[in-house]
Amino acid sequence: MADKSTLQYTSEHEWVLVDGDVATIGITAYAADKLGDVVFVDLPDVGAHVENGKVVGEIESTKSVGELFAPVDGEIVESNQTVVDSPELVNTDPFGEGWLIKVRFADLPELMSFDEYTALVGE
Amino acid sequence: MSEERFSPLHQKHLDAGAGFTDFAGWMMPVRYSSDLAEHHAIRTAAGMFDLSHMGEILVLGPEAADALDYALAGRLSAIAVGQAKYSLLLARDGGIVDDLVVYRTGEDRYLVVANASNREVVAAELRDRCSPFDCEVQDESDDIALIAVQGPRALEILLEVPGLTVDDLGGLKYYWSRAGLFGDHAVLAARTGYTGEDGFELYVSPEAAPALWDAIVETGAGSGLELAGLASRDTLRLEAGMPLYGHELSLDTLPVQAGLGRVVNLNKEGDFVGRAAVEAGPAGNARVLVGLRSDGKRAGRADYRLFDGSDAQAAEIGIITSGALSPTLGHPIAMAYVDAAVSAPDTQIFIDVRGTRVPATVVARPFYKREAH
Repeated sequence: MADKSTLQYTSEHEWVLVDGDVATIGITAYAADKLGDVVFVDLPDVGAHVENGKVVGEIESTKSVGELFAPVDGEIVESNQTVVDSPELVNTDPFGEGWLIKVRFADLPELMSFDEYTALVGE
Repeated sequence: MSEERFSPLHQKHLDAGAGFTDFAGWMMPVRYSSDLAEHHAIRTAAGMFDLSHMGEILVLGPEAADALDYALAGRLSAIAVGQAKYSLLLARDGGIVDDLVVYRTGEDRYLVVANASNREVVAAELRDRCSPFDCEVQDESDDIALIAVQGPRALEILLEVPGLTVDDLGGLKYYWSRAGLFGDHAVLAARTGYTGEDGFELYVSPEAAPALWDAIVETGAGSGLELAGLASRDTLRLEAGMPLYGHELSLDTLPVQAGLGRVVNLNKEGDFVGRAAVEAGPAGNARVLVGLRSDGKRAGRADYRLFDGSDAQAAEIGIITSGALSPTLGHPIAMAYVDAAVSAPDTQIFIDVRGTRVPATVVARPFYKREAH
């Protein structure tokens, strides 16, 4: 499980872990809690080009549908098939096994720090 | 927006770590831990809901039965003391103002239970409609808390709750109620619910509700009882094919469109509000409520549109009113209003799921039926 305090965040309640030119992206525990039990995850294919701010996937709970936004421009290098098969990982381990996609990027936009994100959700 | 209302059990929910949602101006538990766990607990063991937001309206007096026969769609004068009946409050044009459960608690006493969102309009309509009769209408909603215990183990749990005494609770039939006591507080115990399982609803004073809640939690702990929020209540009632006001039922819906023609008693002597409109029936091309099932995991949800084909030329033939991936069945289910021409079971249609056409089949409701015991 990633150290939450060192991750970066988006206002769409995604976390971003940067390692070189690859960003690993998931949704935060706050977002997972708001969704309820996740029962279906739709992720983009490897090789797909994604654009910052555009919807690239869906996260469905029994109650509602959440959209996954790409926080960077780039190319999908991996989609988490384990979470496709076991969507509940988004709830049980959102910052770890429940990661969603890895994107290779050229430029990283400005993202929120842990403190900024914590202030945003008020927790 | 008026001020948020809180259940007399609110502190219990906070203590249990509930997440909350606004429901008709009430801050109610949406889930305590997991929607799915709460859902499965009620299908396999038991779960407890706080339904104190619902409206309870008393109709009392020598002509209470006649008044309700006029005010509602069913023949409430025909039910016995102790019996309950599902009914509808219709507008003059036959549209549905609310769906209700009516308990006859005495020869000249009825308890009308309304949806939280419709409490005021139901109370106002009942006052108006009952005014020519010798009876009184009292909105007691603020003085009555409601706790539902649902699931196959609900009975065995309630039988063991210390201080709760209801004569022959196990002998109480479905849609019957009986007065009892919790300590020295009055309780009305009813074998009713909204989950498709056996279960009970306990009407009790707000003062006694927290202690009763605690006593049931403690007693049920060894029997798999879970606290359950409105999210699981919604998936449970959907599987059971039960309509929800504001989704399947509205002022624009005639009872027969919602499959509730049987709830309207046209053999009643005398007039009742909405009778002429119901007798005239809906327009020939009126949409009707059906069940839908599909494969995979992508559920059609409320307001998703339905088409007769998968291509861009396909005609729109209906709209979903409630839908979810069924926790019990494992595939998506939905209720929808569709054109009569495509309402027959086994008809193939397509759901527009956010731009993707997902095939679905018209099926009979309920989607889930518990095994008879």
